[in-house]
Amino acid sequence: MYGCGFSAFRLEARGAMKAALVSAENLQLSLQPELSQEEQALTRARRCHDHKEAQGPGNDELKEMLESNKESLKLEAMKRIIGLIAKGKNASELFPAVVKNVANKNIELKKLVYVYLVRYAEEQQDLALLSISTFQRALKDPNQLIRASALRVLSSIRVPIIVPIMMLAIKESASDMSPYVRKTSAHAIQKLYSLDPEQREHLIEVIEKLLKDKSTLVAGSVVMAFEEVCPDRIDLIHKNYRKLCNLLVDVEEWGQVVIISMLTRYARTQFTSPWQEGVSFDENNEKAFYDSDSEEKRDETETKPYMMDPDHRLLLRNTKPLLQSRNTAVVMAVAQLYWHLAPTHEVSAVTKSLVRLLRSHREVQYVVLQNIATMSIQRKGMFEPYMKSFYVRSTDPTHIKTLKLEILTNLANEANISTILREFQTYVKSQDKAFAAATIQAIGRCATNISEVTDTCLNGLVLLLSNRDETVVAESVVVIKKLLQTQPTQHSEIIKHMAKLFDKITVAMARASILWLIGEYCERVPKIAPDVLRKMAKSFTSEEDIVKLQIVNLAAKLYLTNSKQTKLLTQYILNLGKYDQNYDIRDRTRFIRQLIVPNEKSGALSKYARRILLAPKPAPLLQSAFKDRDRYQLGTLSHSLNLKASGYQELSDWPAVAPDQSVRNVEVIEPQVNEWVPTVGKSKPAKSAKSEDKFYSDSEGEQVDRKGSKNSSSSSNDSSSSSSSSSSSSSSEGSGSEESDEETSDESPKSSSQSGEGSSESETDQKKEKNKKNTDSKAKSKAVNSESEENNNMVSSSSEDGSASSSSDSDSDTEQKKSSSRSKPKVHERPPKEVSLLDLDDVAPSAPTTPKASAYSPSLLSDLEGLSLSSVSSPMQVTVQPFGPVKSHELLHHMSGKGLSARYHFPRQPFLYQPSMVQLQITLTNASDQPLEGIHLGEHSPASLTLHRFSPVERLEPQASVTVSMGIDFNDSTQAANFQLCTKEAEFSVSIQPAVGELLLPASLTQADFEKEQGKLLGMNETSATITMAEGHCSSAVLNKQVRSMANLGEVITGHNNTHRFAGRTVSSGALVLVTVEKREAADATITVNTDKSVMASMLLRDLKQALASA
Amino acid sequence: MIHSLFLINHSGDIFLEKHWKSVIGRSVCDYFFEAKEKAAEPEDVPPVLQTPHHYLISIYRDRLFFLSVIQTEAPPLFVIEFLHRVVETFQDYFGECSETVIKDNVVTVYELLEEMLDNGFPLATESNILKEMIRPPTILRTMVNTLTGTSNFEERLPSGQLSTIPWRRSGVKYTNNEAYFDVIEEIDAIVDKSGTTVCAEIQGVIEACVKLTGMPDLTLSFMNPRLLDDVSFHPCVRFKRWEAERVLSFIPPDGNFTLMSYHVNAQNLVAIPVYVKQNISFFESGSGGRLDLTAGPKQTMGKTVEGLVITVHMPKAVLSASLTATQGSYTYDPATKVLVWDIGRLNPQKLPNLRGSLSLQAGAPKPEDNPSINIALKIQQLAISGLKVNRLDMYGEKYKPFKGVKYVTKAGKFQRPACVAISHFST
Repeated sequence: MYGCGFSAFRLEARGAMKAALVSAENLQLSLQPELSQEEQALTRARRCHDHKEAQGPGNDELKEMLESNKESLKLEAMKRIIGLIAKGKNASELFPAVVKNVANKNIELKKLVYVYLVRYAEEQQDLALLSISTFQRALKDPNQLIRASALRVLSSIRVPIIVPIMMLAIKESASDMSPYVRKTSAHAIQKLYSLDPEQREHLIEVIEKLLKDKSTLVAGSVVMAFEEVCPDRIDLIHKNYRKLCNLLVDVEEWGQVVIISMLTRYARTQFTSPWQEGVSFDENNEKAFYDSDSEEKRDETETKPYMMDPDHRLLLRNTKPLLQSRNTAVVMAVAQLYWHLAPTHEVSAVTKSLVRLLRSHREVQYVVLQNIATMSIQRKGMFEPYMKSFYVRSTDPTHIKTLKLEILTNLANEANISTILREFQTYVKSQDKAFAAATIQAIGRCATNISEVTDTCLNGLVLLLSNRDETVVAESVVVIKKLLQTQPTQHSEIIKHMAKLFDKITVAMARASILWLIGEYCERVPKIAPDVLRKMAKSFTSEEDIVKLQIVNLAAKLYLTNSKQTKLLTQYILNLGKYDQNYDIRDRTRFIRQLIVPNEKSGALSKYARRILLAPKPAPLLQSAFKDRDRYQLGTLSHSLNLKASGYQELSDWPAVAPDQSVRNVEVIEPQVNEWVPTVGKSKPAKSAKSEDKFYSDSEGEQVDRKGSKNSSSSSNDSSSSSSSSSSSSSSEGSGSEESDEETSDESPKSSSQSGEGSSESETDQKKEKNKKNTDSKAKSKAVNSESEENNNMVSSSSEDGSASSSSDSDSDTEQKKSSSRSKPKVHERPPKEVSLLDLDDVAPSAPTTPKASAYSPSLLSDLEGLSLSSVSSPMQVTVQPFGPVKSHELLHHMSGKGLSARYHFPRQPFLYQPSMVQLQITLTNASDQPLEGIHLGEHSPASLTLHRFSPVERLEPQASVTVSMGIDFNDSTQAANFQLCTKEAEFSVSIQPAVGELLLPASLTQADFEKEQGKLLGMNETSATITMAEGHCSSAVLNKQVRSMANLGEVITGHNNTHRFAGRTVSSGALVLVTVEKREAADATITVNTDKSVMASMLLRDLKQALASA
Repeated sequence: MIHSLFLINHSGDIFLEKHWKSVIGRSVCDYFFEAKEKAAEPEDVPPVLQTPHHYLISIYRDRLFFLSVIQTEAPPLFVIEFLHRVVETFQDYFGECSETVIKDNVVTVYELLEEMLDNGFPLATESNILKEMIRPPTILRTMVNTLTGTSNFEERLPSGQLSTIPWRRSGVKYTNNEAYFDVIEEIDAIVDKSGTTVCAEIQGVIEACVKLTGMPDLTLSFMNPRLLDDVSFHPCVRFKRWEAERVLSFIPPDGNFTLMSYHVNAQNLVAIPVYVKQNISFFESGSGGRLDLTAGPKQTMGKTVEGLVITVHMPKAVLSASLTATQGSYTYDPATKVLVWDIGRLNPQKLPNLRGSLSLQAGAPKPEDNPSINIALKIQQLAISGLKVNRLDMYGEKYKPFKGVKYVTKAGKFQRPACVAISHFST
């Protein structure tokens, strides 16, 4: 009640509004306890407070709360404000107080402030500008979700003055390494476009760029932006067409709908019609289409056999599986695509799925039935087998019933009409009279369409005339009237019957219809007609207008045909009509009188009176209300409403000659190196450029192979993950470097080139810096420590990384060296002043709160390493105690690998690039006599698996071997990692299943710490077993060796001779794993495993038992 | 796409509004109220309406209208599907979707709506992802939150957005690993007065409740997959494997979800488990009538019919009913004209019977149509379509989960004799 008024208020008087506001406020506050029930129950004290508030001005109270220092009060205030907004009440007065909190650290508070800002920024533009810098800063945040939400809000606040800032933010985010941020930028495009359509050209550039994106996450959103901003730029689609078709299955549901409808439009402009002449698909459409073409073209199409464009086929093939989607909108989208694009005989593939949608919600049924109604007019055959699905149920709402009736009528033919009529008979008896009336009309339509049943229907309808329900009778009369018009010759009996019923019928429309019928066919019922007229003359004054008009009509017609009997009656009626209250009737009477009663004034017209009044009238066409709906694309709003909705885009006719097909050919894709290379390039430019190339060609090749299998979503995700690992450094760089922070217009290449310099510089004086960093970070670590638990994980994992890099120096393996040298410059690349930036309120807390390290690049981790090395409590540190003999396992035998053989082993080193990954070294050997080229990793499964690929081996000479290292995040499970090892010629599926012991990294603990930690991991977290140890295992050294060969654990030095303790952490989550082996008398021993990873514990215990008990 | 959303209660009050683009005044709803006024029942309001500047698409669920305003051409099903998803998310979060619950949780509701749509285009609709961003309220947490002043908002941000499987969050942990599958079937039947089946079909869904640690990869296979005529899947199901091998292979979402729904096309095979002999007649004089209903087992395959409820929609003229039931109890609601006879377990030896007299409104003409009868029932231990799960395998994780499959058949949309059967079976 307030809401409606407010918009008007706002324009007129602010004072008036304030008054209203205060009263609204009071009302709201008195409702407040109801608003949060739980709270009310719990904080009764506060409720009393609220009551006090209700008397005072509420907004001041809220302002006070917002300005207080207490987070909880602020939060409470924001929650109440959101409550106000939700109710549509005005809270714009609080804008200054709210906007101050935009930089608050509390994520929820922030989120609520964002909601508020988006709602009111438009009204308070000047104040809103105050918040912009916060978003600009957040746009550089290392956390993708923070970047995304900053962009969301920035683009939603609809203040024209920030258009340039928005434009810049969109452009930058469009090349963000996180697909989620890119998706958000695609959404922002539409927002900016609606704010300032002038930006169209620039936005199209961004769209063009995002269309090339390989991520399934982005595809739907960018196509949506395309549809909104530049639907006419169909040329942008060409190059992406095949990619979109192939990605389609893996795109999220909502994106699928948008992409499918865009591709429908696209296909109609690019391919030729698959509907061949002669195959009658839809006569009307066909005719219209071909008629518009010239005669020669017709010949052309006849002579040339139709060949479907492979791209056309690709679209049809890739959309078909989506018919099985649970999302009804997707199914409908595919159905309309098939309807508009598929060859005639294939369209019926969608029927079953459409019928399935009828079991969904009422609203879904409504829309689907509308579409089926249109389809069933043109293609009865498609739905006839499912006729029973359209039977009406008594519980259906009226509009559903009517639609079903419509479809049943459309489906009626000679063969099934008897079934349908039987069904109709029950509908006529329905208590829903509107529906019963609709049924009678449907019967009428069946009767006209199928001549065999016309008589049956007519008889049936006549029987209904004796129905007790008025509406049924009236409707029957009207329908009979229409039916009789189609075959006027032989039905005088029915007219007589109706004339007899006339007295009983009270519904005006029905009475009028009967009168019209008698008048029209008065020559067939010469005796009855004058009698009816006589009766009507008596009751004329009490009839309704519509009936009166027909009485006048009847009188006029009878006067012309049978003036002897009716002359006086007619004159009497005309006199009555002359003085009627209704001017229509007076007019009509006057007109009729002039027409039929010749006098000197009437002139020539009266000669033609007979021809005018008794002209043969064309029978009304009884046809479907959906007859003309096919001008709209199925599934659209316009189709549903049967009028052109704004923004509706016509589906074009097929082109007579197909446009150039080659436009869709994708050339060698130029790698978008410019976005990523600078960041990657600083450490190893040549290498990264190469790998970049590879991943493109890789995913490209894969795109051709795969036909949209679920697993294959990996391609895009791979690309995103690999790119994210490389380019997340860029964002950290961006947020880190002071220049780019101060100056938002700073472009990324510039900043990265700077950092590139910085890295090379830092390499020289790394040592100096390291010291400095350590001291720096000590101060910082205090702040970090105060953060949540996740921090600890982060810290420990990064310390892992740190130790890894130091240990890898000592390692003699060639590959190891390679990788460590690769990472080294990154470790130290950061100039010391960047570290100080972590003090920034907005940046510092968000970085460690990211739950998983996976998004972090090695460089970022090494940044954090500077923080953690000194801060972390020492007993928790993970140590590396390289363990001698390493088992190597076969990955690929050279017989099955066409000469390529591969073995792998776990070097038991932390993986440099991702501390959550387990490092693997794979030795590739070429056992054939041909050199093998381009050995690389292909798709992997499960899709959730993250792995760090080894860099491709360009060429492997015969009998040569090379060792590469890769990382796999097993996620602390022993689920096998399946991937493909590919050479240029072939792909081999291989699988690595790690023993549980390989998923650990040793940790060094003191005995005291060990016991302390063990004390925390009791109960469910403890698993133990007693075993009899095999001979020779009893000595401490052997036992140590056995345990540590089985599991990558570190030994804890203990005083006891009989108790051996081992500690480690799981690689992915860093959970502590403690193993105790206690020797008893003889060869008995108890093994105890303490960890909160209970599954791992039991598996580890089993393995340990085996290792110790057996020989 | 979707411009604004208004939540309207049964009596026509707007109690929540949310705008994703610029604000649209409430007056736009007047067109909707006009249509609502015209409709006899709330269900009869057309879902798609047109106003001079906007288009209104609404759904009616749980006695609430969800009315969305759109300004330009958009697939209506897209909007409708989304609105239903909103309702389902609310139900998922708050247990039910009612005015009070929404008002009580207005901030969470707002946060959810904010997260679900960006600029009117769906952003995150998967419940697993949403729950990572916005924690559903629980009584315990609300207490803690109120006492400590903290919120139900995730302090850390989720990583799920980037996962290759958007429906499953990472890092799921359970101490008891369980996977339950309910095969729920409905018989949808229309039987005419003489007892002949006009049409009968079986719809089924497999509802899953999966609580498994890590990233399990499940494979569910059927003994007789050929029975399935038409299927639709949760996005997690690998369609290719279904096409090739007729097995369901998937990485499940965490918690409850609908794995698949299917349709069994076996018109002639559908056995209708019960029959109802009905004899309802009205006296010519129009003062009253007689009712005599008997229910009996038909094809129950030796199983007991339970939870038998017979609902009769009486003609409008029937004022009251005075009946005696040999078993169970009956109620007659004179406002809705619905007679409900709750029989319970069907005893084949002693068939339940309901008979007595009906009184009609004075002066009302004799009702001519025979009232329609709906039947609901349950049968334990009977799979009405005969569909059987063969086995459930798990890959990818080492532990042994507890697996259970249950067959339930529920009431569909039945007219005149209709039936429900439940059967139970576990692996």
